[in-house]
Amino acid sequence: MDNHKPSKDLFVPVEKQEGEAEKLSRPSLSFWQDSFVRLRKNVGAMIGLVVLILLAFMAIFGPYMNQYDAYEQDLQRAKMPPKIPVLENISWLGVDGTLSSIKEAETVEAAREKALARFGGDEETITTNVLTEPSGDQLARVEGIQDVYAAKEIETNFWFGTDSLGRDLWTRAWEGTRISLFIALLAALIDMVIGVAYGGISGYYGGRVDNILQRIIEILVGIPNLVVVILMILILEPGITSIIIALTITGWISMARIVRGQVLKLKNMEFVLASKTLGAPDNRVLRKHLVPNVTGLIVINTMFTIPAAIFLEAFLSFIGLGLPTPIASLGTLINDGFDSLQIYPYIMIFPALIISLIMIAFNILADGLRDAFDPKMRE
Amino acid sequence: MSQESLLEISNLKQHFKTGRHSVIKAVDGLNFNIYKGETFGLVGESGCGKSTTGRTIIRLYDATEGEVYFNGENVHGKKDKSELKKFNREMQMIFQDPYASLNPRMKVEDIIAEGMDIHGLVENDKQRKEKVHDLLETVGLDQEHANRYPHEFSGGQRQRIGIARALAVDPSFIIADEPISALDVSIQAQVVNLMKQLQRDKELTYLFIAHDLSMVKYISDRIGVMYFGKMVELADADELYKNALHPYTKSLLSAIPLPDPDYERSRVRFNYDPSDHDTSEEPEFREVGPDHWVLCTTNEFEHYKKQLATV
Repeated sequence: MDNHKPSKDLFVPVEKQEGEAEKLSRPSLSFWQDSFVRLRKNVGAMIGLVVLILLAFMAIFGPYMNQYDAYEQDLQRAKMPPKIPVLENISWLGVDGTLSSIKEAETVEAAREKALARFGGDEETITTNVLTEPSGDQLARVEGIQDVYAAKEIETNFWFGTDSLGRDLWTRAWEGTRISLFIALLAALIDMVIGVAYGGISGYYGGRVDNILQRIIEILVGIPNLVVVILMILILEPGITSIIIALTITGWISMARIVRGQVLKLKNMEFVLASKTLGAPDNRVLRKHLVPNVTGLIVINTMFTIPAAIFLEAFLSFIGLGLPTPIASLGTLINDGFDSLQIYPYIMIFPALIISLIMIAFNILADGLRDAFDPKMRE
Repeated sequence: MSQESLLEISNLKQHFKTGRHSVIKAVDGLNFNIYKGETFGLVGESGCGKSTTGRTIIRLYDATEGEVYFNGENVHGKKDKSELKKFNREMQMIFQDPYASLNPRMKVEDIIAEGMDIHGLVENDKQRKEKVHDLLETVGLDQEHANRYPHEFSGGQRQRIGIARALAVDPSFIIADEPISALDVSIQAQVVNLMKQLQRDKELTYLFIAHDLSMVKYISDRIGVMYFGKMVELADADELYKNALHPYTKSLLSAIPLPDPDYERSRVRFNYDPSDHDTSEEPEFREVGPDHWVLCTTNEFEHYKKQLATV
């Protein structure tokens, strides 16, 4: 390397451009704008968002889309299978207003008799198909299909069918979605308010206050959730109010813990100290510095709370601790359908589908939001 | 430089309880003055209580013992709201970590104007904007930066925003808590030169906390060396570098690297061993030479005096 000495005239100083160095080319985006840009790029989260908007739309307007009322009973039209115009021509969807049943017997004739008997023997509306001829050990299998709408001479369609009391399931399903969503949103909102206040106070003031508040939380966490909820339901009149109280009585704890942790971390950050040295009072520090920096996490946590609340409500209704009849919620609908799951599966399938969609959609949206709010994801 | 002292600190102690019986003595009996218009450098190893001293002076912590007088007034004494506000305007702080010292959710304009908002220094939005633009220009940033968020800036730019925020309330005394330690070397000079220029223009007094001795020498008029919560040596910057007396100061000075291979090859590092001290009595802070103070016992005092005389 010694023989390679660069001569001085090879070095030309770059012309210094005053001001250019401080230029920023990226468009200025606030935290929320920036997060939204990232959320929009997340296909899963956007699908979740669209599904949720559709479900919310149906929960609001679904019950008014046909002439039936959610509580109007008519045993004449009990247990009608679902029938949807146009879609009824696609056989595998099973929404053509027919019920089918497969019967087995020694001979084809005997099996056919059984299949006819299953639907009351009205041969005009029942078609039978022989599935397998008897041979050796094999029994004969005959499928009987009845067009229930023709048999009962009902002209209108029940899109999701009717339940054992003849109530329209379409109306009840969306009514139930509405009630379930309402309960979950309200419970999540109350959780958020209590949790943020509790966690914020606990974290910000620290010391003895924090110590006492955290011990209270530990005691509450120590009691199994279900025990508390069952006791609450026993004391209170069953209904929407009591189920919301039951959901919130322990639901705010996770929010409180998250907020406390964040506040503990943030309150010793230098920007908070800087604000204090400028003479900012406590409420300004909380309002301008702490809350805006915790909001992202609060939103994410609330988004995860909502599906959990929906599920807990459904679960409580299913085990009989939830809403009293005749109020429809997704949980009570599933509970009703469960009784005759094998013969009339459609009664349970539709509310089960809706609750699954809601939970999946909320979860992937919340997941997308978590990624969108994470500053490390910024490009 | 006038010799009128702006800040007087006497026997300042800051102890933190870490358990029922254990106490950390972060600052343990500090005495020093800061004169009007000077830059007082405070150096020492990590965890020796430099930052705690700064934060106690500005009331972020309540002192365990001792007094801080600012312009003759006791800083930690009882104050009503207006007195407190006046104090908050007089004394400001620049923080160490430029990434943690700006609220990521606020626009630069709101960050800089926070002090003005708290103290009601501006009457309307237009005036607020103008003042922010002026401050941005003062620290060498573009007016257009006011509408941006902190994450869009580099470390040096952020630190300058922090300085602009401190300047917004027209303070006379600024505590700079390691303002350059988190910055790239090329940016350090930028920020330090800006601070020097601001000092000239606005007649500021600085307490400059750092652990980079070469930078401290460059900016400071007087330097205090801290070791485990105590001040061990205090002297004019040149005097300290030429005639360091306390073994800890010597050890620190011997650790400064220079970009000179010949010097580096011959550089000998002194290791400081606290047990080498004379333990016959409690050491005290004594003036060995003119304006040159060292923490020493009577024996060491005589020894240091002789040492100083031979130079």
